[in-house]
Amino acid sequence: MEIVAFYSFAVLTLLCGLLVIANPFTRSPVTSAMFLVLTIVSLAGLFIQLHAFFLAAIQILVYAGAVIVLFVFVIMLLDLKAEEQRRIKAVMAGLGGAAVAMIAYAMIRTIKQSAAPFSVAHPELEGSTVIVGHRIFTQYAVPFEVLSLLLLVAMIGTVLLSKKDLK
Amino acid sequence: MSAITLQDYLVVSVLLFCLGLLGVIMRRNILVIYMSLELMLNAGNLALVAASRFNNNLHGQIMVFFIITVAAAEVAVGLALIVALYRRRQTTHVEDLASLKL
Repeated sequence: MEIVAFYSFAVLTLLCGLLVIANPFTRSPVTSAMFLVLTIVSLAGLFIQLHAFFLAAIQILVYAGAVIVLFVFVIMLLDLKAEEQRRIKAVMAGLGGAAVAMIAYAMIRTIKQSAAPFSVAHPELEGSTVIVGHRIFTQYAVPFEVLSLLLLVAMIGTVLLSKKDLK
Repeated sequence: MSAITLQDYLVVSVLLFCLGLLGVIMRRNILVIYMSLELMLNAGNLALVAASRFNNNLHGQIMVFFIITVAAAEVAVGLALIVALYRRRQTTHVEDLASLKL
């Protein structure tokens, strides 16, 4: 059961990821964004497999709920009809694909050769949302506060950049 | 078949990362390049969560919590930049954006 769930979510993630970058039927960025949603949701499924329930919820809420909506807003805001006509140069795509395939081969080979004693997690950490919350507000309290500052800076930056005359 | 190991998750993560990298190399629309960057970020998240589970601690999960928040902020600022760029140059095609001067 666990194996079936892992492989189905993994295949779904990779398939939708592939359709984000290279959809054979359409070049529209909206389709890419929709497949990005599917990728993120199936990644949330993998997170559930890893018993990271809190992160699975955050993943769906923040990525699928906020980030992709922002993407779709911007795509709709910009008129991208002319962009879809352009072709990808086959030679360049082939060269890029070969380079990336070699990188993937090197990394997977390294992973397969590593012989760390990978055990299954301790049952103490099952249903770990309570512990994660506790750690965030005690051990990681300072990074958490810095993060709120970062969000404030990002908000101010976005408002400034969105002004009509950038001066 | 045996149980799922850390290596299996890391292989999925590597493949997803390479898909994102391929998207950044291949596509010419700056918005799709940005989505591919998100894919790469998510691959890193998956590797961190898997390592966290199989090494029996929670630091990886908390790291991913922070990464997701920073990624949300980054997307907001990046998309604002893209909109500002589009207002100036009327394009999101990276080959048309070859000069440093606006």
